[in-house]
Amino acid sequence: MEFQFQFDWQAAINSIPYLLKGVPYTLLISFGGLAIGFVLGIIFGLLSINKKWFFRWPATAYIEIFRGTPILVQVLFIFYGLPDLIGGPIDPLTAGIAAIALNSGAYISEVVRGGVQSIDKGQTEAGLSLGLSRSQTFWSIIWPQAFRRMIPPLGNQAIVSIKDTSLFSVIGVGELVRQGQVYIANTFTAFEVYFVVAIMYLAITLSLSLVLRLIERRGLASV
Amino acid sequence: MTQIVHMRGMNKYFGTLHVLKEIDLTVEAGEVVVVIGASGSGKSTLIRCVNGLEEFESGKLVVDGNELAPKSGNPKALAEIRKEVGMVFQQFNLFPHLTVKKNIMLAPMKVKDASQTTANATAERLLNRVGIGSQADKYPSQLSGGQQQRVAIARALAMEPRLMLFDEPTSALDPEMIGEVLDVMRELAKEGMTMMVVTHEMGFAREVADRVIYIHEGQIVEEGKPADVFDNPQNERTQAFLSRVLAH
Repeated sequence: MEFQFQFDWQAAINSIPYLLKGVPYTLLISFGGLAIGFVLGIIFGLLSINKKWFFRWPATAYIEIFRGTPILVQVLFIFYGLPDLIGGPIDPLTAGIAAIALNSGAYISEVVRGGVQSIDKGQTEAGLSLGLSRSQTFWSIIWPQAFRRMIPPLGNQAIVSIKDTSLFSVIGVGELVRQGQVYIANTFTAFEVYFVVAIMYLAITLSLSLVLRLIERRGLASV
Repeated sequence: MTQIVHMRGMNKYFGTLHVLKEIDLTVEAGEVVVVIGASGSGKSTLIRCVNGLEEFESGKLVVDGNELAPKSGNPKALAEIRKEVGMVFQQFNLFPHLTVKKNIMLAPMKVKDASQTTANATAERLLNRVGIGSQADKYPSQLSGGQQQRVAIARALAMEPRLMLFDEPTSALDPEMIGEVLDVMRELAKEGMTMMVVTHEMGFAREVADRVIYIHEGQIVEEGKPADVFDNPQNERTQAFLSRVLAH
């Protein structure tokens, strides 16, 4: 028996409007989560290099736990597990954003730590010797330089987190993959639909890469 | 005369290594004291103690009336000292993300609440004084090493320090740029700035220093006028050191 597969362009095109409804959710979860993750990353990244152990240890514990467990388990835990603890349901969107926030926060902590530690200690000495306080030295001298170095790894993390949101179809958030699954259930055009889904992820991540490259170029030009 | 630096019986350790041993040292206002010694002798550590970049374990250190306690035990005095003491580093340590002018304006604005206008005028005046007024809007990486070090001197001067510390200011420079930095330092000395200079430039020490101090293994083994120390060293370790560095 001869098997012939034909890519059904019409099916692919037809799926686009329905799939596009998932894009805002994908973007909301990614960038909402990343924004919170960035704040967590700054806080825990800086705590993790604090001289005092009672700041350093909890930060290190947070980082290791969320880097060392799968994000799928984290989101399942938040969505199915936490309601038992807090005595009420958590909506899937909130659970998704929380998972991206906590997970990316751990990775961003490491980015922040690496960025700050990469700045020569002579910079701190110069700031202190001019009479600046420790925090003035940090925020006006160390941080601006460290942040510039953090842009490439932060962009990398953003791309990873955008793709991670695809896992949240399991908790029923109407993001890209979930939309695809629902559409396929009615049309049985898996190949075409997942192809379009993949293209949509690629469009998002490539746009982000482009923006990041522009930012990087501008940042480097002014040093 | 006013004492700017007063050290008595100061000891400093790095772990078990005893890097400064019972240091007694006084620097009077307007004096230029040059500290010489082999690498690892503790001379940089000595001047880094003066503005608290290194803490010491025991002894007494008073800088312009502010007494530092061992182990950085007196943060208030330390803050005062750092406002009054400028420092120039071997590696310049300019802020690469700021223009030359902003490098100089930062501390007066943050520490002394100087207005933008005042800080700007100060920066321009000091840049002209060190001979690089035309480079104000460039970034440090666009300048030569000698120019960067002159910016670093201007940056320290912007805080109107009572004392300037120089930690091997010409050691990272290409030979042809050493002169321009030493010229600026010579001018400063002439204008009456109190200075402590760690350097390997013996010619500069002989010409500019009021007093030369030779440190060996964390101890001051010889101290005196440059002519006496260089031409008639009493301690045999000083003799050995000088014959090594002056030979070439």
